[in-house]
Amino acid sequence: MNWVLVFPIAVPFATAVFAYLARNYPAGRWISLAGSVLSLIASAALMVVVLREGVIAAQMSNWDAPFGITLVSDYLSAVMVVITAITGLATAIYALGEIPEETERLGFYALFQMLIAGVTGAFLTGDLFNLYVWFEVMLIASFSLLVIGGGKDRLDAGIKYVALNLVSTLVFLSGIGLLYGVTGTLNMADLRGAVAASDNQGLITVIAMMFMVGFGVKAAVFPLFFWLPASYHTPYFAISAVFAGLLTKVGVYALMRMFTLVFVGDVGFTHEILLWVSLLTMFTGVIGAAAQMDFRKILSFHIISQIGYMTLGLALFTPLALMGGVFYLVHHIIVKANLFFVAGLAKQYAGSTDLNRIGGLYKSAPLLAALFIIPAFSLAGFPPLSGFWAKYLIVKAAIELNMWFVTFVSLLVGLLTIYSMTKIWGYAFWKPHPDGYDPTPDRAPARVTAAMITPIAGLAAMTIIIGFFPEPFVQFAQTAAMQLLDPTDYVTTVLGVQP
Amino acid sequence: MESLTALIIGVLTAASVYLMLSRTFMRFLFGLILLSNAVNLTIFASGRMTKGHPALVPYGADAPLQAVGNALPQALVLTAIVIGFGLLAFALALAFETFRRTGTIDTDELRFAEPKEDEPK
Repeated sequence: MNWVLVFPIAVPFATAVFAYLARNYPAGRWISLAGSVLSLIASAALMVVVLREGVIAAQMSNWDAPFGITLVSDYLSAVMVVITAITGLATAIYALGEIPEETERLGFYALFQMLIAGVTGAFLTGDLFNLYVWFEVMLIASFSLLVIGGGKDRLDAGIKYVALNLVSTLVFLSGIGLLYGVTGTLNMADLRGAVAASDNQGLITVIAMMFMVGFGVKAAVFPLFFWLPASYHTPYFAISAVFAGLLTKVGVYALMRMFTLVFVGDVGFTHEILLWVSLLTMFTGVIGAAAQMDFRKILSFHIISQIGYMTLGLALFTPLALMGGVFYLVHHIIVKANLFFVAGLAKQYAGSTDLNRIGGLYKSAPLLAALFIIPAFSLAGFPPLSGFWAKYLIVKAAIELNMWFVTFVSLLVGLLTIYSMTKIWGYAFWKPHPDGYDPTPDRAPARVTAAMITPIAGLAAMTIIIGFFPEPFVQFAQTAAMQLLDPTDYVTTVLGVQP
Repeated sequence: MESLTALIIGVLTAASVYLMLSRTFMRFLFGLILLSNAVNLTIFASGRMTKGHPALVPYGADAPLQAVGNALPQALVLTAIVIGFGLLAFALALAFETFRRTGTIDTDELRFAEPKEDEPK
């Protein structure tokens, strides 16, 4: 048993139990915070071991693969777990300022920790049916978090979110059933060989498409993204941020895992579809954002457009493109969660997220303005911030393949992203407040402001660090991409034998 | 047996799609129940339809004495049913609460999160 793989999942689960028991006391929120710190330590330990050994695996209850449930971590899983823990910690701090006491009593922190456990489990599992179970853990927690605190708009958003996600889960589940019927195994490492050896490649491709649809809804790619802009602007900002940062990325991660490890028999067909889907995702997302006039709705549409870049990295399927995709995934989680945090604080100061109703934040809250600039321009891909390197890698990969149209769309979407970000900047920060008053930071108690600005500053600092010192991160992404393209290590570590 | 199961799965799926295209959220949920049953049957059928004995090892033996049915899909289906049941219970509670607070579960009228441009918020 490799316990280092178990702790990143077990810690948030245990925290959830204790936070639930203490939900009626102030201790609940401190338990959640302490649990998030412990999760970060556990995931850092996992990262250290993975950096030393490459790929690590653990068989639950000592049932050998492919019969038992396997937990496995390569570079990609490890970095996703670490970034989940970082986002979790940032959100746990932010929630101290934002979440009202009535919501805490409803078990907010327990649900939140459960969500983190589900996401982490999805990143670490090496078994397809177990992945489905983690998806469900994540889903039920996210359903509850989305509607917690009530309000007509939250219930409305909840219905759309719940309905479409349940359908996608069923598509994913029937894909699992059919894949088991064809290959007789559900272990992802074992599936690689079993799928390649199957004499029914046509059926395999059909199943691959079912997985693409199932994960595509989760990842919010074109044309399956409608639930996202319908729901992400309604919950608490802390929840929006953690959803925006992590949930769609689980879909992207699952796509990356399945379409590099298992479904590589007909790359010309599957990845070609993924390519067009990615381009349309990027473009429709950014155009949708241009039409919106609400801080969070703009950001929600930008999630969609940025997801396109990540799946584009997968679709191009070269070492450089995948490396860009992995780098993009990590950079985007930090930046996007941070932008939603900023939106929350802007609402706290100025009273709304509707860009027509707010303004004057640059004058009254220059620190917030500075902290908005960093993730916003990183999102748009300005050097020397992290987003520049992410886009640079993807675009370079497209140019190397002589795909000029892809290059053009990537750059155009970057340009339109700047348009949206400058729109938020102009309306929320530069324009005077329409009601004629200065939004004052004093409106919130100092404790609240401190809790909300700390994670924003921390994540912004990470964006800058990745931007100025990209070398180790790029090298890490390169190794992760190599492991994805040549999963021999992954397969041998899980199965314990040479394939 | 296989063709009969396939037929049942097909009918369930068709009925569920019909129901899910409805604007009323309750009908959508009924469709979802049917669809999840169709998926469960698919998983069950993927373990092959064979005439066999339960996958039990008699006391004192090392292996089952006769040919046994594939137990894994049954375990998967059981898990899926339990999870599906939980999610469905949540969805029903959500529908009830939405109806209680807003007076409607017609998805055309549910525009609180995304009000039309010309309507006041």
